[in-house]
Amino acid sequence: MPIKHENAPSIGKTASCDGYSLPASRRNLRDRLPKTGFNTLKSLGIALWFMFLTFPIMVIKVSPLEKTIEWRWSRLVYVGAGAFSLSMLWRFLIYRMEAGTSFKKPLQERLSLFFQRKKSRKATALAAAFIFAALFPFIFSTYQTSIMISALMYVMLGLGLNIVVGLAGLLDLGYVAFYAAGAYCYALLNHHFGVGFWTALPLAGAIAAVMGIFLGFPVLRLRGDYLAIVTLGFGEIIRLVLENWNEFSFGPSGIAGIDRPWDFGLGFTLRGHTIYLFYIVCLLVLLTMVVVSRLRNSRIGRAWIALREDEIACEAMGIDKTRTKLTAFALGATWAGFGGCLLAAKTTFINPASFTFMESAIILSIVVLGGMGSISGVILGAFILILMPEYLRAFSEYRMLAFGAAMVIIMVFRPQGLISATRKRYEFPEEKREGEKP
Amino acid sequence: MDGDQVLQVRGLTMDFGGLRALAEVDLDVGRNEIVALIGPNGAGKTTFFNCITSVHDPDRGDMIIQPPGKAPQRINGLKPNAVTELGIARTFQNIRLFKDMTVLENVMVGRHCRTRAGIAGAIFSTKQARAEERACMDFAFSMLAKVGLGNRADEKASELPYGAQRRLEIARALATEPFLLLLDEPAAGMNPSETDEMDRLVSRIREEGVSILLIEHDMKLVMSISDRIYVLDYGNLIASGTPQEVAGNSRVIKAYLGESFDA
Repeated sequence: MPIKHENAPSIGKTASCDGYSLPASRRNLRDRLPKTGFNTLKSLGIALWFMFLTFPIMVIKVSPLEKTIEWRWSRLVYVGAGAFSLSMLWRFLIYRMEAGTSFKKPLQERLSLFFQRKKSRKATALAAAFIFAALFPFIFSTYQTSIMISALMYVMLGLGLNIVVGLAGLLDLGYVAFYAAGAYCYALLNHHFGVGFWTALPLAGAIAAVMGIFLGFPVLRLRGDYLAIVTLGFGEIIRLVLENWNEFSFGPSGIAGIDRPWDFGLGFTLRGHTIYLFYIVCLLVLLTMVVVSRLRNSRIGRAWIALREDEIACEAMGIDKTRTKLTAFALGATWAGFGGCLLAAKTTFINPASFTFMESAIILSIVVLGGMGSISGVILGAFILILMPEYLRAFSEYRMLAFGAAMVIIMVFRPQGLISATRKRYEFPEEKREGEKP
Repeated sequence: MDGDQVLQVRGLTMDFGGLRALAEVDLDVGRNEIVALIGPNGAGKTTFFNCITSVHDPDRGDMIIQPPGKAPQRINGLKPNAVTELGIARTFQNIRLFKDMTVLENVMVGRHCRTRAGIAGAIFSTKQARAEERACMDFAFSMLAKVGLGNRADEKASELPYGAQRRLEIARALATEPFLLLLDEPAAGMNPSETDEMDRLVSRIREEGVSILLIEHDMKLVMSISDRIYVLDYGNLIASGTPQEVAGNSRVIKAYLGESFDA
């Protein structure tokens, strides 16, 4: 009897929370969640804290001329109500994510299923995108086309950085150095020797690749945070050199009057040049997509991913770590070189101010927000991060605020990025598959 | 080194600071032999594997291998990937798969050192590169079929059950076409029927002409499968010989069970 007595309360505690029993998996989840009342209290606390923090700027208004102080109490209420509801919304979303109660299949899954069911759908979508791109500069104004050019340039840069960060897993914060190398390569060659865009383009890529290898050598042994710091320093060094070495780079005043891509002697207007450049960028983006997707599913691409996943196992599989890292750095840098060359041709003026750490951060954000290792993700990320600020100029003061908020939300709710990377599935004849039972 | 050996280790010594992990260890693996390396926890077994595969650089001693049909070669100080390329493959005690890749891709990574396609081949998708990719895929698939994972090729490696992950590691190691396979606790955490299956798999691999050196704690498996056994304790080789010899050795019993009361 005493034994039974001792056991009884513990059973009661786990099984009957509030009168009815749940399946074991759901029950565990319920136990893990804090109580609703506690949540409300916490949100209330946050709201009060926000009211206190924003009190000086939101409520008090001092007018030095009239020597009066205006108290705007109603604003305090708005701040409190806003903070409370946002906090509750946040909690609800976190709860939903952890509980996995969303009945809808993820959008990405549904989309990929939509395209898999019929091959023709994919072809149609691609054709539509192609036609839209071809007609884009004729439908929209020069201004719109110009914005689209920069967005596409960032797509290219993002895809390039994706090789280094997304595939090989090397966190590179100095990517902008290669972008600068490409831009200055074209600008200087054009300024001193009158070299044209098409000649400079491959040269810019090659020089950036060589620089990638130069950066690669000293950082071969580094990983994670250490690698990030060194590459960050490298990016800043390049910018400072460009800013101070007047004889070479003309310092902060930069290089002006860089030729636009040769117009075949047709005498393009500014609009003509913009359209021409738009098609060049489209072509290069297409090329990048083909190259990156082919590399990703090749022997080299698999070595990169193996290196990202586990360095020791990767070496034990006979992969040369040094070579694999250097090819990743070099190939990633190549696209930055192309991008820099395009930038110089587009703006016809460059100076070191275009190559601050902010650029590296934006390109990295594109990769992380879009989805590391995923091509369509990076494209989407670039469009969102580059086009949104352009079209929301009215809110330009809050740009960085929105940027930060977007990153936090993505990291909490979708850490793999907007579109997560999927691996290629290989096709086999069914009879080969039989093998043994799993 | 006579022609029947594939691995000859002499006087291998490895210190970690003041700790001597391996002290003058001698070990041989003959052609087509299954050799087990056993010992209590912390005896230096995995360190021994790490020295052979060049993860660690030993302080003293010689490690000489003889790939079939080739001259003997000293492998001290080579890079890990060079050792693999010479024909020594390994698995890991705590499974080290490429978790985000599919099962098949994991094995295809193992083909890396036996294939040659470069960047240009991949970008231009040359005929040669495509043929090599196809061959690599077929080879990887046959390795998967060998360890009984043929129908799970498209799954993510991290989603496989534990026993299957161990077998996938073996398939990945076999994809490098080794003549010597180092297995670090292949049956750890397996139930008896899975262990039996592992027993059969290891024997099958040996029949195909691969020599095997394995670390294992499951004594039933070790006794049934190995031709010879080496016993390490605190970095020292305390016994070696056939399973029967080692099982009766008083020093081995002492190392595992401690001093007996009436000794």
